[in-house]
Amino acid sequence: MSMSLEKLGLYNPDKPMENRITDIGPRHFYQYFPEVIKRNYGKWLYHEIIKPGVHVHVSESGEKCFTVRVGGSRFMSVEHVREICDIADKHCDGKVRFTTRNNIEFMVDDAAKVDALVTDLESRKHPGGSFKFPVGGTGFGVTNIVHTQGFIHCHTPATDASGMVKAVMDYLFDYFKTMTLPAKVRVSMACCLNMCGAVHCSDIALLGYHRKPPVIDHEVLQNLCEIPLAISACPTGAVSPAKTESGKKTVKIKNEKCMFCGNCYTMCQCLPLADAEGDGVTILVGGKISNRISEPKFSKVVIPFLPNEFPRFEQTCQAVAKIIEVYAKDANMYERLGDWAERIGWEKFFEKTGIEFSEKCIDDYRLSYDTFRTSTQFKFTEPAWEASRQAGGIE
Amino acid sequence: MPVGPVEQKKLNYQELRIYSDAELHNYTEEELKSFKVKHATPICDDYEKGPWPSFISDAKRAALHRHKLPKEKLMLSPDVIDDFLGQLELSYKEGEGHWKHGGIVGVFGYGGGVIGRYSDLQQEFPGIAHFHTVRVNQPGSKFYDTDFLRTICDLWEFRGSGLMNLHGSTGDLVLLGTTTDQLEPIFYELTHSMEQDLGGSGSNLRSPSCCIGRARCEWACYDTQDLCYQLTMNYQDELHRPAFPYKFKFKFDGCPTGCVASIARSDMSYIGTWRDNIRIDQKAVLAYVNNEIPRNGGALTGRDWGKFDIQKEIINLCPTECMFFDGKTLSINDKECNRCMHCIHAMPRALRPGVDTGLSVLFGAKAPILEGAQMATLTVPFMKIESPYDNVKELVEKVWEYWMEEGKNRERLGEMIQRIGIPTFIEAIGIRAIPQIVKEPRSNPYIFWKEEEVPGGWSRTIEEYRSRHKR
Repeated sequence: MSMSLEKLGLYNPDKPMENRITDIGPRHFYQYFPEVIKRNYGKWLYHEIIKPGVHVHVSESGEKCFTVRVGGSRFMSVEHVREICDIADKHCDGKVRFTTRNNIEFMVDDAAKVDALVTDLESRKHPGGSFKFPVGGTGFGVTNIVHTQGFIHCHTPATDASGMVKAVMDYLFDYFKTMTLPAKVRVSMACCLNMCGAVHCSDIALLGYHRKPPVIDHEVLQNLCEIPLAISACPTGAVSPAKTESGKKTVKIKNEKCMFCGNCYTMCQCLPLADAEGDGVTILVGGKISNRISEPKFSKVVIPFLPNEFPRFEQTCQAVAKIIEVYAKDANMYERLGDWAERIGWEKFFEKTGIEFSEKCIDDYRLSYDTFRTSTQFKFTEPAWEASRQAGGIE
Repeated sequence: MPVGPVEQKKLNYQELRIYSDAELHNYTEEELKSFKVKHATPICDDYEKGPWPSFISDAKRAALHRHKLPKEKLMLSPDVIDDFLGQLELSYKEGEGHWKHGGIVGVFGYGGGVIGRYSDLQQEFPGIAHFHTVRVNQPGSKFYDTDFLRTICDLWEFRGSGLMNLHGSTGDLVLLGTTTDQLEPIFYELTHSMEQDLGGSGSNLRSPSCCIGRARCEWACYDTQDLCYQLTMNYQDELHRPAFPYKFKFKFDGCPTGCVASIARSDMSYIGTWRDNIRIDQKAVLAYVNNEIPRNGGALTGRDWGKFDIQKEIINLCPTECMFFDGKTLSINDKECNRCMHCIHAMPRALRPGVDTGLSVLFGAKAPILEGAQMATLTVPFMKIESPYDNVKELVEKVWEYWMEEGKNRERLGEMIQRIGIPTFIEAIGIRAIPQIVKEPRSNPYIFWKEEEVPGGWSRTIEEYRSRHKR
């Protein structure tokens, strides 16, 4: 029987509990494995990347699973998903998987099936010329950018996500198709500090950020917000109770204490921060998740602000490309971006990339002391001479 | 191990489908090329250029498909995607988004899974005036068959916008944009026709997610999919009915590589590890040394890095300096190994994790809101992991019990641990202090001694003190 075509389907609003099914959870994963995976579950011996975008996993049984990885927009329509299904039905016995980084993986059990699959995937293009299913994103290159909703569906964004990611991936496309870097470079994007995407441990993180304190909707605030929650939401204590001239309860904000996190807006819709001139992009670099060689680490702010340049985010793209280019040339084999910056010293990172270091890159929030250099082990770069001159140390 | 199938009705798209083949293929390539949505969208259109998949081109073809479907086969306006693109264009033009703040909607009996969303330009873009999100709890590691995907596409085009995320950051398959009256019918079809539940949102257990695990990875030290599934099923109440101080995330990484980033973004992070020795295939080691196998599974073949140098690339990069190679044999002092996985990554055919495997548990990761970003803190070094995972469930429940008692409103577990201190937290869940929980011991001596730890206690009198020390 097909799904219902009635407006309310089989749901009866007069008896909402009738035949109700709840708490059944997700469907079980096992039924969705390709047969070669069912047969070799837990028996894999090793893997190898045959060419960019194509992996083989080899089992104790001798069987092989060939995976073709393609980039995907995390935002996709039913039409796109149906096309994915057409490909999976044609080549992969109707099975397909999506990765944590919004890539799509098509799996086959025979080397002979790989070329036809790759050719099919690469031949599919949108009318505007973009690839529907670009093969790549493996090994030591740049794979897909994980990101958040942005203007597509979020109420707190300081920039757009899908648009910026499209612009940056167009710019970095060669790195997606090749494996020429010293180690993998993971780029992530979040459109506000809430970071649905948790970009704070990425090689390169692009973060939408506000720069104007909330504007207060005094007339309706007492009706729409829990004032104590709005006040306690502020991590710096900048929000306090107030009254309008007409006696309505509202809040006031010490603008100089605001760090633009937007947490008050999450609690109170009468405190919006978004502003075309104020909002833009912060770039953080050098974070990682993996425990390989060095411990996981946070990304660090190296470019405090770039404007939202819709649609192509030229300055953001150029900055990201420049960082990767310098890293690619300078880092050792297996060295992640953050490990490289630590080895050469962050002062050298700024010198080599040509990014100007400003006071905004120095932490002045809590625990900032942990990031201060309390040693004489440093390297001389141009800003060091400048500061030395300012102190009267040199001519 | 190995996990087998569970009793579940196999979905059959041919039975469940809403649209005929003719309706699914209702436009030509030519029509698509000349198609224009009803608003002018010059900025959006720029995103149709360039090699990376264009989400705008994709949205446009879904808009065209929608226009050509019969009216009775759409519960929302045929113009939904046109209006969606119109509002997006305006957002780009103005540099500010146009979705209103929140709105409480949902399905009966659940406190999560649906997020209310309304346009703040309802006159201009009536098709998206109400545009709620539905989170669908993804199957483990996001494997699907086409029956499932085609069925949900039909359901979502019929009762929603036809726009979605595969997947949201937490892991759910996200359906973007429907009206309030369609929420119950969607939930009814999901649960009855597809035997599929919603995911989490709000102050509850969010949809747990896992790495690819044993399905297709040789390094998974435990069955990530099975543990993820069983905990998800065991805690359905916590997932659907928010009763926590704030959100709570489980994520399951099979090894210290961390492909689902559990260490950075889950309140309770499960990371696979082993406590015996790295398995070595000495023949394969020599094959690497002789350049017969590409290093690192072929991950850096795009550049000429020269010949493989085991001393430079493996031995010298080992963070614990516990590896030795005498020209013939590789040896590892496993007692000193911290299982960073570098050597295993670099020589995957020669080295494998041990066989006495389990997982480590870390607590308290989160993004910056509010007290700054935190990574998870190693707390339980090793847990043996076998279905039905009673040991894990006991630990989970101890943590929740304490957090629900002590945590403040909107305080993530990691923030609570910072506020009360790790010693208090581990005492509450019954785990002793170990040096592994810190990078280094404290450098200040501000210790909160307890009265019972000090001989004689704290109740003493000034008179008694003054009997020894004159004022």
